[in-house]
Amino acid sequence: MSETIILAAVWFAQIALAMAMCLCTWRMIAGPRAQDRILSLDALYVCAMLQLLAFGIRTGRTIYFEAALIIGMLGFVATVSLAKFLMRGEVIE
Amino acid sequence: MSVHLADVPLWAAILAAFFLVLGAGLALLGTIGLVRLPTFYQRIHAPTLGTSWGAIGMVLASMIIFTAASGRLVLHEILIGIFVTVTTPVTLMMLGRSALYRDRSERNPEVPQFGASDADDDTAQGAS
Repeated sequence: MSETIILAAVWFAQIALAMAMCLCTWRMIAGPRAQDRILSLDALYVCAMLQLLAFGIRTGRTIYFEAALIIGMLGFVATVSLAKFLMRGEVIE
Repeated sequence: MSVHLADVPLWAAILAAFFLVLGAGLALLGTIGLVRLPTFYQRIHAPTLGTSWGAIGMVLASMIIFTAASGRLVLHEILIGIFVTVTTPVTLMMLGRSALYRDRSERNPEVPQFGASDADDDTAQGAS
């Protein structure tokens, strides 16, 4: 019974996060400017991280948690360096 | 480490399912806002739904399920919650400032220009 409830909720969460990732991709393609694309990349990696968390709940293994943590850290660095590139024209001065 | 979902008691399963649906629904709502809002300065607010309660809801659901299934306290998912909560304002403030810099250097009439309120940059950003 409890397994059925959790699997149904994880199914809903994965569908919703997949739709969210599709919407982020659409905004990344549509633009219109570079800052919109960076913002949608930021939202996309957060959705991918949540997707991995949902996948970890479904399989019952903790290895996906570490993958989600790595995505979170690398995505932060990527967004900060891209924003700095927009501001200055170079990342490391 | 691996757990079986059938070991989770019913009340924990219902609570975790609620947080899962809440978190994923808020993340989806944030990206709908990202697609539908008209200007960049409005769009930058929308995905924070997914990074605040979206991430916290999923993390809470994962913590509840792993704690209830393994019979001991499992708190390591809270690292993700703390990290996302701390880093999102930093990235979005840097992105907003660089977007404002680009708009000002192009003399975009929709944002306050250099010299209009140059002494206090933060009020100019808040007004945009």
